[in-house]
Amino acid sequence: MDILFQQFFNLDIMSKALPLILEGLKTTLLICLVVIPLGILGGILVAVGSMAKSAVARRALALAVDLMRALPPLVLLILIYSGLPFLGLRLSPLAAVSIAFFLNNAAYYGEVIRAGIESVPNGQWEAARSTGLRADQTFVWVVLPQALRNVLPDLISNTVEVVKLTSLASVVSLQEMLYSADMARSLTFNNSPVVLAAIIYFVMLWPVVRIVSRLENASAK
Amino acid sequence: MQSAASFLPSRAPGAAAEIQSVEPLLRIRDVSKKFGSLEVLKSINVDVSPGELVFLIGPSGSGKSTLLRCCNRLEEATSGSIRFDGSEVLDPKLDVNALRRRIGMVFQSFNLYPHMTALSNVTLALRKVLGKSGPESKTIAMAALERVGLAHKASAYPAELSGGQQQRVAIARGLALEPKMMLFDEPTSALDPELVGSVLATMRSMREAGMTMLVVSHEMRFAREAADRVVFMEGGVVVEQGPPAQIFGPDAQPRTRAFVSNEDR
Amino acid sequence: MNHFIDTFFNAQQILATWPAILKGVVVTLEIAALVVVTGITAGIGLAVLRWLFGRWIKWPLLVFVDVARAVPPLVLVLLAYFGLPSLGVDISGFAVIWLVLSAVLTAFVEEIVWAGLISVKKGQREAARSTGLTEVQALLYVVLPQALRLAVPPLTNRTIAITKNTALGTVIGVPEIINQATTAVSFSGNATPLMMGAFAYLVLFIPIIGFGRWVEGRFAWRRH
Repeated sequence: MDILFQQFFNLDIMSKALPLILEGLKTTLLICLVVIPLGILGGILVAVGSMAKSAVARRALALAVDLMRALPPLVLLILIYSGLPFLGLRLSPLAAVSIAFFLNNAAYYGEVIRAGIESVPNGQWEAARSTGLRADQTFVWVVLPQALRNVLPDLISNTVEVVKLTSLASVVSLQEMLYSADMARSLTFNNSPVVLAAIIYFVMLWPVVRIVSRLENASAK
Repeated sequence: MQSAASFLPSRAPGAAAEIQSVEPLLRIRDVSKKFGSLEVLKSINVDVSPGELVFLIGPSGSGKSTLLRCCNRLEEATSGSIRFDGSEVLDPKLDVNALRRRIGMVFQSFNLYPHMTALSNVTLALRKVLGKSGPESKTIAMAALERVGLAHKASAYPAELSGGQQQRVAIARGLALEPKMMLFDEPTSALDPELVGSVLATMRSMREAGMTMLVVSHEMRFAREAADRVVFMEGGVVVEQGPPAQIFGPDAQPRTRAFVSNEDR
Repeated sequence: MNHFIDTFFNAQQILATWPAILKGVVVTLEIAALVVVTGITAGIGLAVLRWLFGRWIKWPLLVFVDVARAVPPLVLVLLAYFGLPSLGVDISGFAVIWLVLSAVLTAFVEEIVWAGLISVKKGQREAARSTGLTEVQALLYVVLPQALRLAVPPLTNRTIAITKNTALGTVIGVPEIINQATTAVSFSGNATPLMMGAFAYLVLFIPIIGFGRWVEGRFAWRRH
């Protein structure tokens, strides 16, 4: 029992690692600030594209989305971070992370938002168009708000996944929270810094996870 | 407040025993039920004799459905006694599953299992509760479906059946276990008007076959012509009970008359 | 252009690397299969236990489920891989990936199946109980089959997403696909193994994604 506390909940080591980990947390939040809005925007574009008139365009987009969904995000990230330098393109870790996660998130958010758009009854389009709104106005002011609302639980739970995903950035040496915690772990030969990072992730995401469960169970009833 | 029994000079428990030579199949005595501080049943007394069709009527919230559900322990009565076929229903040591196989129940919303065919809906309890073999339970289930006139729909899924047909399959599901009595909880309330007749016809034929039935329903016309006895409940008490002629007649209690005339409109 | 092909689709490299990539594919498939079986079985099991003994296990269960859903899997992987040995538990990277991903999948499956269970109408259980079925029988024959049918689309999606996390194994040296690929890259100084690794993932997962789409379409249609 003692060794458990010594190794995992060592307050002394935690307090020493805290400044480093908080520094990492800032980077984690910065990544979130970049990849979440980009991902949602990309998702909207994907959803709009999947309603394209041209069947070829729709097929091509569906294929691209499936490719992005089939590649594990870590693989996509390594591919971009380690592959592009062979083309002479040396990206910063943050740029590589942003591109990789944009591709991955746009595909996933796209699926969610498309389902939302499909859930808005056709009558909404017709009613809005009959009042003289153009197609793009109808989409932005009438359809999209309802669509996002209808799939809110899925949007939120996808966003939780995105926040968790940012921990992968540590693999390409981006000094976000997990990277900092792991560095502290290897310096102190003690697991407490990683436990501290886990606790911070949990504190950040736990309320959101609970809300998602609440929303899902409410819609199930 | 007067006790419920004092409203029924001719049908008080003692008198009932004199008039009816047979021992009642179901004997509800002083049954009360509280949800928290809310008393939904207050000292209820009702008897049902073998072969009788008894109707429970009353406004919504009168406690009639709760009373029905206490009879097979879907609800737990707070106090009192319910004797059914020689055993005490409220006995905590009673095997409720054994009790329930002797009391069938039909629900307002049918509650057919949507992932099973009509036949499988009926055979499930035959196989799992009575432990009958596949072929044997199928024979019994087909006979039950035959009784409700739906043998030809045996392989249909609930979604492929009309509401009336679904309710008749639900009746067959209860009948197949050969219960001594059947409880009906508003069996026709969820049905379109044109489908009500088929369910009532099925209940009528069950009555002719001698089934004992306790029915919560708003089908006043059916109660009038088919019931042996009608129990009027309001606010968790039995206001009055007697033959249809009494309950629907001019000499009924004022509260009964008010309810009945309102329902008939 | 020639340089591009030479760097990313080098025939010699392909010949030299494919056995290693194939080994990686086998390892990835092994972990994925173990995770899917363990996670789905345990998740359904926990939802069933919560249904039957909710009062007793609800709180410890929710703590487990919420931690597994709110903490990034890579954090859990590192904790288990470096933490367990310090407690005297000798554990391989393969076992760590299996256990961590199974735990995460278990948590999600439990929540999805639970949402399915409580969305089955109350009358279904009552009807089953009124014919004399026991609580366990009513759950197994009547409520659970309906809950699982509702749960299939989200279950499929979540299972695919978590199975793809087998790639995290590379961080702790499990010789799965991307680990084999990056090792080969560092030896050869050529990007071809990376492309092969990515290709291997596409070959493995595109059919599964297609299956997921089919499931979603089929079950969405059924509900109407």
